[in-house]
Amino acid sequence: MVCDACQTNPATVYLTQIVEGKMQKVNLCDLCAKAKKVLDPTGFQLADLLLGLGVNTELEKPQVETAPAPVEVAMLKCPACGFTQADFKKTQRMGCSECYETFADSIMAPLRSNHKGSEHIGKLPARQFRRVEAQRRMGALQSDLAKAVKQEDYEGAAQIRDAIRQLESQLNAPRAA
Amino acid sequence: MRFSAFISGPVAARPAGTHHDIVISSRVRLARNVKAHPFPGWARKADRLAVLEVVKPAVEALPQMEDAFSEYLQDLSATEKQILVERHLISREHAAKSGGSAVVMNREQTLSIMINEEDHLRMQAIQPGFQLKTVFKSIDEVDTRLEEKLDYAFSEKLGYLTACLTNVGTGMRASAMLHLPALVLDDKVNQVIQAVNKIGLAVRGLYGEGSEAMGNLFQISNQTTLGEREEDILGRLNKVIEQIIEHELNARAALLQRKTVTLLDQVGRAFGILRHAHSITSKEALNLLSFIRLGIDLGSFPTGHRQQIDDLFTETQPAHLQRTSPTKLQAEDRDALRAETIRRKLADLPAPEPPRAAS
Ligand SMILES: [Zn+2]
Ligand SMILES: [Zn+2]
Repeated sequence: MVCDACQTNPATVYLTQIVEGKMQKVNLCDLCAKAKKVLDPTGFQLADLLLGLGVNTELEKPQVETAPAPVEVAMLKCPACGFTQADFKKTQRMGCSECYETFADSIMAPLRSNHKGSEHIGKLPARQFRRVEAQRRMGALQSDLAKAVKQEDYEGAAQIRDAIRQLESQLNAPRAA
Repeated sequence: MRFSAFISGPVAARPAGTHHDIVISSRVRLARNVKAHPFPGWARKADRLAVLEVVKPAVEALPQMEDAFSEYLQDLSATEKQILVERHLISREHAAKSGGSAVVMNREQTLSIMINEEDHLRMQAIQPGFQLKTVFKSIDEVDTRLEEKLDYAFSEKLGYLTACLTNVGTGMRASAMLHLPALVLDDKVNQVIQAVNKIGLAVRGLYGEGSEAMGNLFQISNQTTLGEREEDILGRLNKVIEQIIEHELNARAALLQRKTVTLLDQVGRAFGILRHAHSITSKEALNLLSFIRLGIDLGSFPTGHRQQIDDLFTETQPAHLQRTSPTKLQAEDRDALRAETIRRKLADLPAPEPPRAAS
């Protein structure tokens, strides 16, 4: 079965919704499901989607073939803490910091409307950022080293090794007071 | 340190300088969370205890917290918690917590750190007078120190991650408590509130809403935390507070010119009632104390009495009165004790003189 939206990719998301007392169905591929935000139960109305697609409301009969097992669109749930979209609606709070990833799509609108911008430009936790920076630099040095070795630039490689060793001792050093 | 020693200890004094008369106190609080633990409202008790075990020692080890008062919420009585609320040292929400939450406060009562409130850490600095930047600096230093030991929940894009979306980003809420009797008398305070609300700041009555605010005390704070630097938020807030101060001073000057008798009458009645009443409700006390305070600003009373009035704003609150009594007070007992407390404290307040000029 192909996706009702793009008519190209295989459909993997099967939706059913009662619209004005009639059962409506639509089948979407992963990409279109994401683009239409159907995983966000608040932002999605099947009727709108159908109208937008110009799909005939008399959709084809249920498929009998088993092909890809129909994935019920589950309520989004945070893998780290088990918080669901319904919990968010109820409490207007997040369950944990991972929830910001899980519900990334549905929090951007409230963030934009409640704040002066949607990106943080204030203070950073310095130690955490020093470590992130050092780790990034370590990654860069290691790929430089690989490159130098490949090019048989042994003098360069030795210098990079020194830099790596120095950075390593910084990373492992006990925290300065 | 014992609660009684902490609560009756010396507190920070009001600094000299401009506008400390209108701005009663300045406060900045930061919301922070520890990485990889659910936020307190969603966490199971074991999670909350795990966070508490890491955070509480880290806070107690701060150089700012030498000689601190540190306690688990379940080990404080309802009255003790309420006293802390009345002093603005903990939130009403935090006072409702028991197991798995704690509070750490410095001796001067200028720094207070709530553990497992809505966020793992709610840390605030509060000082008398108009000094938001100084207050921010002191809590910012605490935060920087703590971050050396704790891994915060932080995203490069969204900043400090908090339980509520309204705090994400800087996690900062800065506020000032303002005394605006002339704007209230002149019926202009609602206009000010509306204007300020339009620019992402909020003004609300400290006790009660709008012109119903008791004691003519208002709190102004920032509402947005994302997309602006801390300094810019504070700068915006400072500018608006300066404007409100100017409006209040203009309203005082105008009242003094146009409604001298009304003003003298209000101040005189406040003096008469507070000095002689034997039963007074919290609402009446706050409103009359406000007029004495206005009288001080206008030169009707010696300025040395301002601190007494500010103390009374707090000491006439229910839990503070309860603290001084061995038995559980009923409402009418409280009203009598409140009147007695005020009479005693204002015993040496001289009768009002005609106001000189708006300061
Ligand atoms: Zn598609
Ligand atoms: Zn989560």
